[in-house]
Amino acid sequence: MLKRVYDGTVDYLQIMDEFGSIDVSLFPKDVTDQQIVDMYKWMSFARQLDAKALSLQRQGRAVTYAPILGQEATQVGSALAMGPKDFFVPNFRQHGVFLVRGLSLEAFFIYWKGFEEGSTVGKGVNAVSYIVPVATQLPHAVGIAYAQKYRKTGGAVVTYVGDGGTSEGNFYESMNFAGVFKVPCVFIIENNGWAISMPRAKQSATQTLAQKAIAAGIPTMQVDGNDVIAVYKATKDAIAKSGNGPSVIECLTYRMSMHTTADDPTKYRDDSEVDAWKPKDPIARVAAYLSKKGLWDKGKEQKMQDDNLKKIDDAVEKAEAFKPDPRSMFKNLYSFIPETLQEELDAAEQANFWQQKSD
Amino acid sequence: MNVNMVGALNNALDIVMQENEEIVLLGEDIGKDGGVFRVTDGLLAKYGENRVVDTPLSEAGIIGTAIGMALGGMHPFPEVQFAGFMYLAFDQLVNHAARYRSRSRATRTVPMVVRTPVSGGVRTLEHHSDSPEEYYSHVGGLIVVEPSTPYDAKGLMIKAAHLDDPVVFLEPTKLYRLFKQDIPDEAYEVEIGKASAVRQGDDMTIVTWGTMVPVVKNAVEKKGTNAEIIDLRTINPIDETTILNSVRKTGRAMIVHEAQLSFGAGAEIAARIAEKAIFQLQAPVMRVASASLPYPFPGYEQFYIPNEAKVSEAIDKIMSV
Repeated sequence: MLKRVYDGTVDYLQIMDEFGSIDVSLFPKDVTDQQIVDMYKWMSFARQLDAKALSLQRQGRAVTYAPILGQEATQVGSALAMGPKDFFVPNFRQHGVFLVRGLSLEAFFIYWKGFEEGSTVGKGVNAVSYIVPVATQLPHAVGIAYAQKYRKTGGAVVTYVGDGGTSEGNFYESMNFAGVFKVPCVFIIENNGWAISMPRAKQSATQTLAQKAIAAGIPTMQVDGNDVIAVYKATKDAIAKSGNGPSVIECLTYRMSMHTTADDPTKYRDDSEVDAWKPKDPIARVAAYLSKKGLWDKGKEQKMQDDNLKKIDDAVEKAEAFKPDPRSMFKNLYSFIPETLQEELDAAEQANFWQQKSD
Repeated sequence: MNVNMVGALNNALDIVMQENEEIVLLGEDIGKDGGVFRVTDGLLAKYGENRVVDTPLSEAGIIGTAIGMALGGMHPFPEVQFAGFMYLAFDQLVNHAARYRSRSRATRTVPMVVRTPVSGGVRTLEHHSDSPEEYYSHVGGLIVVEPSTPYDAKGLMIKAAHLDDPVVFLEPTKLYRLFKQDIPDEAYEVEIGKASAVRQGDDMTIVTWGTMVPVVKNAVEKKGTNAEIIDLRTINPIDETTILNSVRKTGRAMIVHEAQLSFGAGAEIAARIAEKAIFQLQAPVMRVASASLPYPFPGYEQFYIPNEAKVSEAIDKIMSV
């Protein structure tokens, strides 16, 4: 006997094309023009914030930074789809999500100056701080989703992984656990085409990254990750259905900049590829839509950019005034200070080494 | 109640699950099967499958999910079936469980008790007999405990459940059913970070833990040596005060552990004694441990693990100086 026992398909969703034209049949009914203006504003803010962080790093005022240029729609669209009870678990590149979800800009810049005090998102945001080891945050998202379900909070979890991260064991293990436990967890694959120097085509022989979810028995789809409305709708729908279990959304976007400030993409990537993505810019298409509808003009643009810059500059000023306290390293290791660690702390304080360093 | 270590642990888990609804167990075969050593026997029937969670096979998934549960406000007790399989979850323990409190300046914490059976002597297959306490003890942010008696097992487990920290709870398989002990029925805590002098003595100090505690006790009793035996119980944070006080009194120090000699926890203890009590020593510090080799197949383990004869010989040597 030979019979087909499984048939898998992956749908692709685009609502607003690169010229700012809308597919009316797919346009979500709950999205107002004002919301599209807000999406535009958040994406613009994210781009300005990104540019500032990059510039600070280039001036030696920030540590190695991972830019988001070109990926604003994936981050802002998904972040705006989350509700107040939803929790998000980032990797190291979700600055746009943090921005929308309310992380203080001061904390953002303290983090990128290299201090744990900028990593204290637990104070006000339903999130954890950036996670650097690739894909290792995904099981945490599953566990937090388990807690959401167990504690009946009514919230879901949205987590992010890059195209490179989908090659990690933790990615498969997490989808598998989430599928078995039927927890409210939305996995967003932020496919920006590159994992440092490794192009998507060399990352996996699979046709889409979205289809990897099929093996875990999880609903999955692919969206135009530069279409903020499509990302918003896909995420919103996935969260709405998360009471039934997890899902995966692959957002097709593009890393217009470098992997991090320590990286030089000209070494391995053709400029022609970057040029080909320029017309697909996530912000430009919304600008085209808004100007066609008469919802945006140069005056509004200028005011918005000025307001954003002021907020950014104020935050940078506060962050640069941050005074580190080396004792905080010792005091936050455990819920108590072990005797032997206290001794190391006392020795360090007596040694005068810190005073020299903080001058 | 008169119980072995498995019974004591089972009773401790029952107690902490009753007192705190945020405590859930997760691991492979821990539900109906009660765990391969039966430590979680009966708990599924009592607490249901939302709190006693049989997981798919993935050690990184078990520990990583548990970390997420903790971040989400719960207090998970993940079980890894054997310590030799926990290396798959090493990243989660080192990069995340250990660091979360520090990296978030205590705005996010990972209260969690990771249970796993350790050490050999029970003729198991490859990878089922590792003594990994030094790997985890090297990681600031993790607490590592290893009881050697049913009484300590219950008290340490209950204490671990009350901490807002990640605890790696190592359970020596050899001691699971080796002997029974009368322990209180009710809840009690054994302090974490506190060693126990299980035998008082004046002539030498032997610091040991886990499977080696009964081996050392027997060797000392048979020789009639006036040795002080310290059962460390918590490997990290280490109870330096108890060790140093004893060594300053006796003037001789020996460390006995089942994990291999090189770069083991014995080296850490010897270094602390050298730094702070070297002038009170009448003899060089001695270490008795397994050879610096991977744990062998069961046929060879009798030639690998320190036994009473090896400890006895070391006692003769240190007392002859």
